[in-house]
Amino acid sequence: MHTLIKFVIDYTRYVLKGGAKFYAWMGFLAVLSAGALYGFYLQNTEGLIVTGLSSQIHDGLYFANLVFLVGVAAGAVTIVFPAYIYHHKAMHEVTVLGEMLAISAVCMVMLFVFAHMGRPDRLWHMLPFVGIFNMPGSMLAWDVLVLNGYLMLNFACGFYYLYAKYTGGHVNNKIFMPLVYTSIVWALSIHTVTAFLIASMPARPMWFHSMMPIRFITTAFAAGPCLIILAFMIIRKNTKFWIQDDAIDVLSNIVTWCLGLALFLTMSEIVVELYARTEHANGLYYLMFGLHGLTRLVPWFWSSLAFMIIAFVMFLMPSVRTNYKLLPIACVLAFVGIWIEKGMGLIVPGFIPTPIGEVIEYYPTLIEIVMTVGIWAMGLFIWSILLKGAIGILVHDLKYEGSDAGKSIDFPSSGETAASASR
Amino acid sequence: MGVAALMTQSDDVKATVEWAEQFQGNYRLMTAAEKAEARARLERRYSAQYSKKVTVDTSEALPGVLMGYALNIRKCIGCRRCVNACVEENNQSRGKNPGERIEWIQVLRMERGEFSKEKMNEGYPEGLGIQVGGNAYTPAGQVLEGQYHYEPALVPEKDATYMPIACMQCEKPPCVKVCPVRTTYREADGPVVIDYNWCIGCRMCMGACPYWARRINLTTPVLPKAEMNPVTHYLGNRPRMRGVVEKCHWCLQRTRQGRYPACVEVCPVGARKFGNLLDPQSEVSLILARKNVFRLKAELNTFPKFFYFYD
Repeated sequence: MHTLIKFVIDYTRYVLKGGAKFYAWMGFLAVLSAGALYGFYLQNTEGLIVTGLSSQIHDGLYFANLVFLVGVAAGAVTIVFPAYIYHHKAMHEVTVLGEMLAISAVCMVMLFVFAHMGRPDRLWHMLPFVGIFNMPGSMLAWDVLVLNGYLMLNFACGFYYLYAKYTGGHVNNKIFMPLVYTSIVWALSIHTVTAFLIASMPARPMWFHSMMPIRFITTAFAAGPCLIILAFMIIRKNTKFWIQDDAIDVLSNIVTWCLGLALFLTMSEIVVELYARTEHANGLYYLMFGLHGLTRLVPWFWSSLAFMIIAFVMFLMPSVRTNYKLLPIACVLAFVGIWIEKGMGLIVPGFIPTPIGEVIEYYPTLIEIVMTVGIWAMGLFIWSILLKGAIGILVHDLKYEGSDAGKSIDFPSSGETAASASR
Repeated sequence: MGVAALMTQSDDVKATVEWAEQFQGNYRLMTAAEKAEARARLERRYSAQYSKKVTVDTSEALPGVLMGYALNIRKCIGCRRCVNACVEENNQSRGKNPGERIEWIQVLRMERGEFSKEKMNEGYPEGLGIQVGGNAYTPAGQVLEGQYHYEPALVPEKDATYMPIACMQCEKPPCVKVCPVRTTYREADGPVVIDYNWCIGCRMCMGACPYWARRINLTTPVLPKAEMNPVTHYLGNRPRMRGVVEKCHWCLQRTRQGRYPACVEVCPVGARKFGNLLDPQSEVSLILARKNVFRLKAELNTFPKFFYFYD
């Protein structure tokens, strides 16, 4: 117990210390977060009227970001899986960084849920026993369950590992490995359930098909690793922690093929929907070409497709994939492309036309944008804190006093930690 | 405000009532005593808020009653009196700004299709082209933005047909299944209702409804004191709050007292019929037995209790 308290205190102290660059970054994020708080205040005094939502298009930017970020959270499994199933050495050293991403992404999802609700003050109605949890029936209830479960699993796995490293003790594999295997399967389940959430609505023909979960998974396993690669690049540049090229190469391979699959699935959907061009294809048709002269989403769709195709071609070329100057560009393109695809390309056109054939356009208001940026900033804030502490432990800046941390070996495969070994 | 009221032991009726309201349970699970308490609380608050004597009915479904609705699609003339009667009866928001006007009924105006000599050869191959399928390129029957907000000088218009829709009170409602907190449910006598005090505003039900029958209160409803209808039902037309979803409930405050819904009463051509489906001699039962009847979007297996018929 004493060690645990010490761990929390040391961790907090370590995170609070930092260079000017770190403080500037955190300060910048804090300012953006303050904007979100103001937006949240407005929404809860004026109502959702301050957003661009209407009774026709009642899910917009918040819901889109929620769906996208669930994918990013699930994407963390692309690190955990190679590390523990294939015993990939370089990956093994950075697994905990992926778990930290999962934690912060799920936190962002929760914040977007709060932003999205009409009555966030009543969210306690969803708590089991206190309120009512419509468990087998409602997909949203399942989503709440898997998301919270995933948060807890990653928190447990990540911090148990860090704590063991911190004290220099061993990781008890009898407890640890089952948790890791569960979290791998669980990662798939979170994005699958989120896909079911929208795919199970016959009232929305654009979403009502069984390709949705697999499309979700492929885009998630492209967007998540892209973000992780970017973070790895930044970590390599700014901290003592050296992430091996091998880890980055595995991730970019995963991105390549998941992105390719995602494009293939998009193409299949377009062919199936538009060849027969039934009334049910109106949503997709509106997205691609516009309906009745209303074309607001058309540029979004084509830009997203262009980003994804260019990124895929870049990832396909080994000269780009292994060039760490060009790789971040491809990652940003893929990330932005998928973000647009999930938002303006999937959630919004699902409501257009409405079930009675109305074509209404949606555009987020300034408040929605400020809120969205702010919530992302909050997420990055959390992620920065988690990463800083985790890296501190991994490079032995942060260890339990008097212990022989660093010498002890917790996994046969991991050996000496990355920091000292590879530099 | 509720927290402040509790901490300061405020005497402000509105504040203390809101505090208790905030923490009441799901209406369906309340005991009879709790229901009576909730009712008294609301009557007190609404009466103070709208400066008139407001009653909140909590009567339950009558045994042996299953409400049904039938609409004669041939007769509708698109006057939209039902829409306005519904707004007035059910205390809907009626502001001028977008998002402040809520209507539960839409009378869709559809243009009649057109087959003209000039268009005969459209879509047929020119030269050695391939046939792309006839000349059905005029979107006949397509509803565009604002087409249920038309205001013609005279109805019915020559080139239009009308299709009134509202909540279909499905037997197997998709909206009920998706609700994460069971705030919306089917009453024993048929209508699908919402406990407005329990709704968290997640809008899943709106996404699931194939008839676009639900509305979200994006802002505090605009309901002038003078226009407020003081005869209300807890699950029906009592004033709603910001951020919750609302819908048609077949005027529970009227129909449970043996009256017709407002839209049935106001229809000038008698296109709308309402009654007990379990009574073979009721008007709707006779219509179902004798007329040509269809349901909307039958392929979705929602089994509406709202029937369309024609002579």
